[in-house]
Amino acid sequence: MRAPPQHRLRRLRRRPPPGPLDYGRHLWMRLTMLATFVFLYAPIITLVAFSFNDSRRNVVWRGFTVKYYLKAWHNDGLIEAFTNSLTIAVISTAVSTVIGAMVALQLWRFRFPFKGAYEGGMALPIVIPEICMGVAMLAFFSRTYWPTDLIWPFNLSAIIIAHISFSFPFVAVVVRARLASFNREFEEAAKDLGASEWRVLRDVLLPHMAPGLVAGALLAFTLSLDDFVITFFTSGPDTVTFPVKIYSMVRFSVTPEVNAASAVLIAITLALTATAMFLQNRAGQKMR
Amino acid sequence: MNNAMNNAIVQVRGAVKTFAGVATAVDHVSLDIFEGEFFALLGPSGCGKTTFMRMLAGLEIPDRGEILIDGRDMTGVPPNRRPVNMVFQSYAVFPHMSVLANIAYGLKVTGVGAADIRRRVDEALQLVQLGGLEQRMPAQLSGGQLQRVALARALVKRPRVLLLDEPLSALDAKLREAMQLELVKLQHAVGITFIIVTHDQQEALSMADRIAVMEKGKVRQVAPPAELYEYPRSYFVADFIGKMNLFHGRASGDGAVAVEQLGEIKIPGNSSAGRVGIAVRPEKVKLFRDAPRPGFTAFKSTVDNIAYHGSESYVFATTESGAAIAATVQNESRDSKLPAVGDSIWCGWRAEDTLVLEE
Ligand SMILES: Nc1ncnc2c1ncn2[C@@H]1O[C@H](COP(=O)(O)OP(=O)(O)OP(=O)(O)O)[C@@H](O)[C@H]1O
Ligand SMILES: [Mg+2]
Repeated sequence: MRAPPQHRLRRLRRRPPPGPLDYGRHLWMRLTMLATFVFLYAPIITLVAFSFNDSRRNVVWRGFTVKYYLKAWHNDGLIEAFTNSLTIAVISTAVSTVIGAMVALQLWRFRFPFKGAYEGGMALPIVIPEICMGVAMLAFFSRTYWPTDLIWPFNLSAIIIAHISFSFPFVAVVVRARLASFNREFEEAAKDLGASEWRVLRDVLLPHMAPGLVAGALLAFTLSLDDFVITFFTSGPDTVTFPVKIYSMVRFSVTPEVNAASAVLIAITLALTATAMFLQNRAGQKMR
Repeated sequence: MNNAMNNAIVQVRGAVKTFAGVATAVDHVSLDIFEGEFFALLGPSGCGKTTFMRMLAGLEIPDRGEILIDGRDMTGVPPNRRPVNMVFQSYAVFPHMSVLANIAYGLKVTGVGAADIRRRVDEALQLVQLGGLEQRMPAQLSGGQLQRVALARALVKRPRVLLLDEPLSALDAKLREAMQLELVKLQHAVGITFIIVTHDQQEALSMADRIAVMEKGKVRQVAPPAELYEYPRSYFVADFIGKMNLFHGRASGDGAVAVEQLGEIKIPGNSSAGRVGIAVRPEKVKLFRDAPRPGFTAFKSTVDNIAYHGSESYVFATTESGAAIAATVQNESRDSKLPAVGDSIWCGWRAEDTLVLEE
């Protein structure tokens, strides 16, 4: 007896047909994914690739070189802007993580009058258009005659304050969400075992908050590092940050030097994200 | 039963706790719990057992009344300064700490020296038979092991009183029985006062030296298990503990009670006139072919149903006056003869086995 035709066909195909949830094996799904990746990453890859292009202009490939990295490295203005940006990002991240965590704890832990209004007020910087924040900051710092001619790093104080004020709400939101999953019984158990409020915070609450803190800090760091609008309004005449500097360079022409500097920034961000994810993963594994 | 029972280690006087918008969770509870005792709080869900325990631990502050532990007034004393430790219903073993770190935690935060910690943790691990699992994380433990960690973590502090909130409810029947035995053994070994919350009466009866039965925030009766079983004082307790034939009636005040659906019966002792509950345990009810001799309170009945339970059978019968009576018959030999459904029999019990209850 011969096998029926469909049967033979299926055997020829070797692999069984995709199951109901095997979306990854549908052609249309793969095409959509490919398109997504192209749109997302093609510009970035081009940017990085052309930073190695041995040509003044970013149009045709002329050969591999690292001279634009060296050039960027020797561009004092660019390095200064870069240092400024990193300094601002590190300080504002540290401060906004602490403030954000405290706001989250306060909102999670206590009940007080007008709590809803307070919570909304805290989240306001997330929704206010950046341009409004920028103008408001500008008005505030000029009204208060905030000094702009201090020595480094104090000349960055206005920008740092502005960055803290728009990034701590993000930390607060992330940490608050994390706290919502905290089981109060752990806190009670710790107290029952003799821990003071402070020890409870240190030994039980903070370990639980850690993933939220890492995520929040990362968010604050990237927000600060690439902020343009608010920084533009709050920086004094002589302080330049990386995005502002790039903008002024691009106004003349997009040289591979800009590409190189941007590629370095991307590398730093990627490294940070990878570290954060690694830390979070390790914490998660410990919990499990 | 333990012997050193004259020294009250926990004294509760008129404790009240009301949650805003909810009924009173603990309603004027006064209790003495003695040193070295295994004390059980028993009651239906929501009767305030957990709330009462949490008040002892300091996690809930009573609205009124006072709590003395070891002779000291606990008003205003925070949980971390009370000589009690609690095993939580969900164990609350810290997920980010190893078994060792969990057990050592209570000693570490109170500044016990490292060498001392090591020794006491080892002892505790031995006590709950967790040796070899010190380095495991809680997520890698079974329910029974987690429970032992929670137990060891509390015991290692050597509290004056150990509070256990339904410690066995998360375990399967077999492990549960084993742990019941172990808990009793453990309590004898360490000599610490144990207060255990449970809504499983079998658990309370088999483990505790004394049991407090709670209903709607009130303590209905405090007694040793046998007394609670044989001499329940109120209708609620009689109904809650074990199986019971229960009737409502009216006492005449001269040693007789007019029982609804049953008629007038004689009661042991006396009772002042008024509404009473009348009860008798099914295993005290005997079945007779003919009217039994005097001294028995007996009723002519018809067998409705027989439920076979292996070691015993339940015979359900209805009296001529329409009252339902259940009797337990031990299946003492393989060919134990049971009446058949529809048989006409006499259900009777010795007059002194009749219980007279507060309504
Ligand atoms: N934090 C709270 N807020 C409001 N009501 C509460 C709170 N805790 C307990 N209650 C109420 O108090 C009553 C007693 O609760 P409790 O937890 O003490 O009961 P329980 O005897 O332990 O019950 P279970 O056997 O189900 O654990 C319940 O009616 C409960 O709804
Ligand atoms: Mg409870």
